[in-house]
Amino acid sequence: MSSAIQTSTRRDVLGTSALRPDGAAKVQGRFEFSSDLHAENMLWGATLRSPHPYARIINIDLSAAYKITGVEAIITADDVPGKKTYGLISSDQPVFAQDFVRYVGEPIAAVAADHPETCRRALAAIKVEYEVLTPLTDAELAIQPTTPPIHPDGNVIRRQQIITGDQNLHGEIVVEGTYEIGMQDQAFLGLEAALALPDSGGKGIEMFVATQWLHEDQKQIAACLDLPCEKVRLTLGGVGGAFGAREDISLQVHCALLALRTSRPIKMQYSREESFYGHVHRHPAKIFIRHHATRTGEIQRIEAKLVFDGGAYASTSSAVLINGVTHIQGPYRCPNASVDGYAVRTNNPPCGAMRGFGVVQACYAHESQMDKLAVACGLSPVEIRLRNAMVTGDKLITGQVVESVAPVARCIRETDAIALPTPLAKTAHPLELVGGSGLTSLPHNIVRGVGWGVSIKNLMYSETFDDFATARCQLKDGVATLKYATVEVGQGFVVLAPQIARSVLGVDEVVLDTVDTGIGSAGSTSASRQTWMSGGAVDGACRLVRQRLFEHVGKKYNIDPLRLVIEDTDVVDMIGDFRISVVEASTGVLIDETFEHHHRPTEELDEMGQGNCHVAFAFVAHRAVVDVDVELGLVKVIQIATAQDVGRVLNPIAALGQIEGGIAQGLGLAVMEEIVLDNGKMRNPSFTDYLLPTALDAPSVVAVMIEEPEPQAPLGAKGIGEPPCISVTPAIAAAIRNATGKELPRVPVRPQDICF
Amino acid sequence: MNPNSEIYNLRVNGKTHEIRDSWVGESLLFVLRERLNLPGTKGACEQGECGSCTVIMDGQAVCSCLVMAATAIESEIQTVENLSDGDSLTDVQDAFVTEGGVQCGFCTPGLVVAIEHLLSQNPDPSEIEIKEAISGNICRCTGYGRIFEAVDKAVSVRKAKTA
Repeated sequence: MSSAIQTSTRRDVLGTSALRPDGAAKVQGRFEFSSDLHAENMLWGATLRSPHPYARIINIDLSAAYKITGVEAIITADDVPGKKTYGLISSDQPVFAQDFVRYVGEPIAAVAADHPETCRRALAAIKVEYEVLTPLTDAELAIQPTTPPIHPDGNVIRRQQIITGDQNLHGEIVVEGTYEIGMQDQAFLGLEAALALPDSGGKGIEMFVATQWLHEDQKQIAACLDLPCEKVRLTLGGVGGAFGAREDISLQVHCALLALRTSRPIKMQYSREESFYGHVHRHPAKIFIRHHATRTGEIQRIEAKLVFDGGAYASTSSAVLINGVTHIQGPYRCPNASVDGYAVRTNNPPCGAMRGFGVVQACYAHESQMDKLAVACGLSPVEIRLRNAMVTGDKLITGQVVESVAPVARCIRETDAIALPTPLAKTAHPLELVGGSGLTSLPHNIVRGVGWGVSIKNLMYSETFDDFATARCQLKDGVATLKYATVEVGQGFVVLAPQIARSVLGVDEVVLDTVDTGIGSAGSTSASRQTWMSGGAVDGACRLVRQRLFEHVGKKYNIDPLRLVIEDTDVVDMIGDFRISVVEASTGVLIDETFEHHHRPTEELDEMGQGNCHVAFAFVAHRAVVDVDVELGLVKVIQIATAQDVGRVLNPIAALGQIEGGIAQGLGLAVMEEIVLDNGKMRNPSFTDYLLPTALDAPSVVAVMIEEPEPQAPLGAKGIGEPPCISVTPAIAAAIRNATGKELPRVPVRPQDICF
Repeated sequence: MNPNSEIYNLRVNGKTHEIRDSWVGESLLFVLRERLNLPGTKGACEQGECGSCTVIMDGQAVCSCLVMAATAIESEIQTVENLSDGDSLTDVQDAFVTEGGVQCGFCTPGLVVAIEHLLSQNPDPSEIEIKEAISGNICRCTGYGRIFEAVDKAVSVRKAKTA
């Protein structure tokens, strides 16, 4: 189960469309995902979950389940040897519910048995007696001090205000709205899965798991198992997508506990339905905003109230809230602000990280407002945005100065310069019409609309968090070996890391060592941070190795090492004519260096919401063109034009893949994806009922990458993972408004929102 | 567990496999992955919605999660493992790698099987025929753009070969 990968494509340096070294294995079905792992003498694990959004547990009877042949162990809260709770920011979520269940799907017990079907029967045989309580499912009600707390930590997870400038300013132009964003699911394809093996004579655990952050998992698992971290060894199992849903613990602790209990390997794997219950989702949010502006459209003040429904447990809600409130101004100058934000606890499913992390919600609200402001001022959607576009050096409503390269106006102008698609042809194939294979639309009911969205997104973790990354580079006989704990979820660090090594060291052959906890943390694959952070760590380690190589060559050939540089695959004297290949120069020596990359420190927000809380920012513009059947309420997204501030393109094909993939997820939130809740219960936890964009829903994407290298970033490149999915959602909603004249204050926009 | 166990044979990738000690309720997907050591076929929805588990059964692309293994005894089944091995890739597989059609890769085997099947039936599909053919295969990472490129490339490579 070692996952070392050889990569030896010649001269795939930074800037080229180097090919993924895991590509061949993935197209052949040979790549080992965590769900593909097996071990000798293995048992299957499964989880019993609450059917109620809120209930007191009176009794759990395991006796009937134990009588089933093939059942080897059943564990509940009483069997957790260490800490009974876990959580990313605050440890408020029980490993197993003990007294109360607080959401539908909360784990109560876990079973180990010889077959998945035995597990299912055992779970059905566990009798849990509940006193069913009235769930709290309204986030605004949760804020009220008179509402009884559903958790000992209270119902308000965090409140954060931003108060700056003139609090009484009233603009010549005032526009306002209340906007709602539904609960989106990450819907990665590779379901949660892990294989746990008892280790150290039953006093430790080895686990292969699909996660986003090995070291954070290790810390939380070890605390629950009451083991030191070094007795919990984690190796990355192949990850089938993540998008935020693997930041939190799901089955890790249960799987480890069953392995320790049975002294046998345990495989756990969620079904799709269980996956909907087993991971956090994007926060549904309700956002009120009022913009004050001059008659000519300059924004003077925003007032906003944001309520994020965090569900039953905190997860990353407090950080999601901060992203929401600090990005509510959008990529626009705004001197005065009165913002109040809440992240609250309810008996809805827990919410946490998803690509865009709080900014998606804020952006839908501020971009909907920009269009209202444009109308009120008699400006076009492009003019109003250009008039207010922030630049480097502008001060945010938090008081933080934007030091990042901020080509907001350029993003808008370059998007605007992209040609619009040709009008719908009278002779268009019926499948190309909105409604597709349903063959439902009559051409005269189809109206085309155009809409805009522009966004700002913070990169890396904020508010004093030091989310550093570690990498080790060894050079021997012309081969570089890289070791790091950076999780590959599909984003392409697996191809970027060898590109960096080739560029810095002049090597062709790069070996990628197993991704595990055998080295320092790399931080999470999230927050658009791994190219910057782990890329910086690999770059740093390779540079240290290069320096040592130059010293070695300098000493051997009596040249000042400061005169040496790498040129293609050679070590070259900049002044003289000395030249030796890196392979020859490194033959017979082993150079081994480790580097930790830290971004600059950040601050917490104070009570007034002031502070340098973010590291850096990236920007993007989207323009959407849609066809709407105004009679049936159906939407087809025809084209997305986009210009994205990427800093520097390190791998064009991989960057384009991030942009197109993010756009599809933003499209999903705009017109189809929502977890529908009914009094705390999910009504659609399946791919039959939770609709995802298919190939027939994919728009034509025309993308421009704006390269203005970011001085703070180790490789000049900004994170590019999140921005594509943020402003595309409001752009599509605006295009539907443009076609229909409806206000559409809520996404996803449903057929009934259009045609009734 | 074998309360209802049966012994039956399955024809997979040209070979006959005897399935023993199995529960008769197992899906073809489960048997391929867990009993025949053919994990290339992936499971992601158990409802025939995502196409990750696509295999060829008697010349038809089917979702193996919806087929009860014990009912497939008369059928010829081909999985992604039958397409290529070692360093040799099919033109479709190669195009997925070179055009950036692979990110996390979980949907990839199912898509590759579906596209190989499409091109075997229709060597020169139109854009809409391609979209229709793979609309039962969900990809969450790529937004499909690079996958369309990969299909276009495979089609042109095949055309050049036969020209």
